[in-house]
Amino acid sequence: MTAEAPALTSAAVAPPDAHGAAGHARGGISNPILGMILFITSEVMFFSGLFAAYFATRANNAPWPPPVFEGILNPLSLILVATVILVTSSFTCQWAVWSIRRGDRRGFIRNISITFVLGIAFLVMQAYDYSLLFGEGMTLGSGPFGTTYFTLTGFHGAHVFGGVLMLGVILYRGMSGQFSARHHDAVEAVSLYWHFVDVVWILLFSILYLL
Amino acid sequence: MATHALSPAVPAYRGGLYEWLTTTDHKKIGIMYVINSFLFFLIGGVFALLVRTELAAPGIQIFTNEHVYNESFSIHATVMIFLFIIPMLAGLGNFAVPLMIGAPDMAFPRVNALSFWMLPLGGILLLAGFLTPGGAAAAGWTSYPPLSERLPLSSPGPGQDLWIASIILIGTSSILGGINFLVTIFKMRAPGMTLFRMPIMVWTVLVTSVLVVMATPVITSALVMLYIDRNLGGSFFLPEHGGQAVLYQNVFWFYSHPAVYVMVLPAMGVISEVLPVFSRKPLFGYKAFIFATAGIGALGFSVWAHHMFTTGAVFLPFFALMTFMIAVPTGVKMFNWIFTMFRGQLTFSTPLIFAIGFLTMFLIGGINGAFSAAVPVDFALHDTYWVVAHLHYVLFGGSVFGMFAGIYYWFPKMTGRMLDEGLGKLHFVLMFVGFNLTFFPMHMLGIQGMPRRIADYADPAWNGWNLLATIGGFIIAASMLPFLWNVFISLRNGKVAGDDPWEGNTLEWATSSPPPPYNFDRLPEIRSERPVFDARHGLVGHGGHGSGDQPKALPAGGDAA
Repeated sequence: MTAEAPALTSAAVAPPDAHGAAGHARGGISNPILGMILFITSEVMFFSGLFAAYFATRANNAPWPPPVFEGILNPLSLILVATVILVTSSFTCQWAVWSIRRGDRRGFIRNISITFVLGIAFLVMQAYDYSLLFGEGMTLGSGPFGTTYFTLTGFHGAHVFGGVLMLGVILYRGMSGQFSARHHDAVEAVSLYWHFVDVVWILLFSILYLL
Repeated sequence: MATHALSPAVPAYRGGLYEWLTTTDHKKIGIMYVINSFLFFLIGGVFALLVRTELAAPGIQIFTNEHVYNESFSIHATVMIFLFIIPMLAGLGNFAVPLMIGAPDMAFPRVNALSFWMLPLGGILLLAGFLTPGGAAAAGWTSYPPLSERLPLSSPGPGQDLWIASIILIGTSSILGGINFLVTIFKMRAPGMTLFRMPIMVWTVLVTSVLVVMATPVITSALVMLYIDRNLGGSFFLPEHGGQAVLYQNVFWFYSHPAVYVMVLPAMGVISEVLPVFSRKPLFGYKAFIFATAGIGALGFSVWAHHMFTTGAVFLPFFALMTFMIAVPTGVKMFNWIFTMFRGQLTFSTPLIFAIGFLTMFLIGGINGAFSAAVPVDFALHDTYWVVAHLHYVLFGGSVFGMFAGIYYWFPKMTGRMLDEGLGKLHFVLMFVGFNLTFFPMHMLGIQGMPRRIADYADPAWNGWNLLATIGGFIIAASMLPFLWNVFISLRNGKVAGDDPWEGNTLEWATSSPPPPYNFDRLPEIRSERPVFDARHGLVGHGGHGSGDQPKALPAGGDAA
């Protein structure tokens, strides 16, 4: 080796094509799915902040619920139907993923359509449930009980709305034949998001209605 | 000096304004981050000068009423933290990280552009508060309720709502940027660039991004709750309606303490690149430094309540202990840096001088922080100028000196031109002297009990220190003139940098200055954390090459996405 090594010798050069821009080239998790997992991580932290506020507020306000709203959040009501719908949609979403992994486009479109409709049904039922609660005088402004309930369920509903939009996009893309058994990162990513939205609702339902 | 570039020279950034406005190239976006952040640095600096001018002597000097003073220090801090320090470091990372790991771009180039463009929009929203009837946000950068609530004597105007919207927007930009960095670092590294061969700068950006992704959404939740309180009749933080004001402080600091590490870790990364290059030695204790960085990141989530000792609502021994423990990994890093320089062949170029400025000033910021971590001391010093001194020694003495080290270090790579050394040293001397004149007296003011966030004071013992601090503030402002002049003349006819003007260690010095749009035509082989050093000294491959390792030419942009 010389003291004044010239630039890089040719032997010192590795071909750059070994690192493709796409994650597929290297194996392992693909870039969009890793991005979605990290995004969901940030969403988990966002809801953690809201949940922390809920428990702190609840611990500070006995009795909970306040006497005026005693029994207003009845788990054996429309909300149970909405819960069953959202949990079911998580299953149909996963069936859609399994379909496209097998290359079954018809099955994928059928299952993602059902998921899409179930998501909309949940939103409609939540809106109807809100109107019932408003009718009984419970709003964002009616003290800590109303504030926490509508903030938590409202942000969850907004996330369901976002998820429904994403489902609509992948439904459209699936119908125009953009996904195959090998190329469906968007489907995997949206399904992860949809499961996340579902899990948040199970937690919300347990805490707001059952606990 | 021999050049080590493997990429053909291309014209410096082609294209006009439209090309810059629509670009998804991480280098251009990084440069726009730096320019945008620097503009907000100047804006925040003007507010700082207003505050210092007001405090130069007792009585009311320049403001017609004290509310304007409140707006000034609130907007000063908000701009400096959210629109200058965090995005400036994100910008340096944006420019450097893909180059340092041998990637063609960030993992999500369009998301990268989105992250950037949210920043000027957020800044405009924030400053638009001055056009509203009640003026801009004036509840401090912390915006504690009930001061930030819509109450007649608190913050009734829309300025506070604009502040909330602006911080949520900037926070979303940070989260998207953090996700982008993480996917880039985990998925886009060149062959041979294992995690433990990554430059320290990349490691610090990695840990910073984890903090951003996990902590920033929490302040978003605090801000939406504040917004609901203010506009939709909520009662999260209003005690008379069953809420708790301390709840906001908990959720706020759960983000804002990790944010301190978001603001300093990448600056530590910058000087960890600068010190080895200008000491002609490898970084002392590479792995120890990485574990110390990860340790700071992890501990950073367990110390938030040390901002709330005097609320009486937090468990003092735990948070004091955890805060002291942060000093351990930070101390490890001090030894890393000192022993990197020890017996090195030091070249006192401007980047090294700014890095030494970081070392010394951040040391003071760490030590006076440890004082505040002691609960009894904190009860005496809480909300005094001691705290102002501490945070400026960390964020200005640390982060700002570190980022100027980075700007002087990477300017040749960004533009192809060298900055003038003489003007750079003049910049350093003025900034260093001005900084210490401004902020060291604040220790004395704090110990004497001067509260922060007041427009007027009556104790004659405080007059001298305050005047000194104001003079220092104007010297800091003056230090920007040689810097701006330096950038101006160097861009016009500065010395041509060449590809590797500093004899650097990391991959960005293996391509042309400025790099081509696809970054690398060919990469040197990566067998250590100093691939360019290895290539320069013929150490590549440790003599074990077969002939099957021949390079092959690639068409330009062949590996761009």
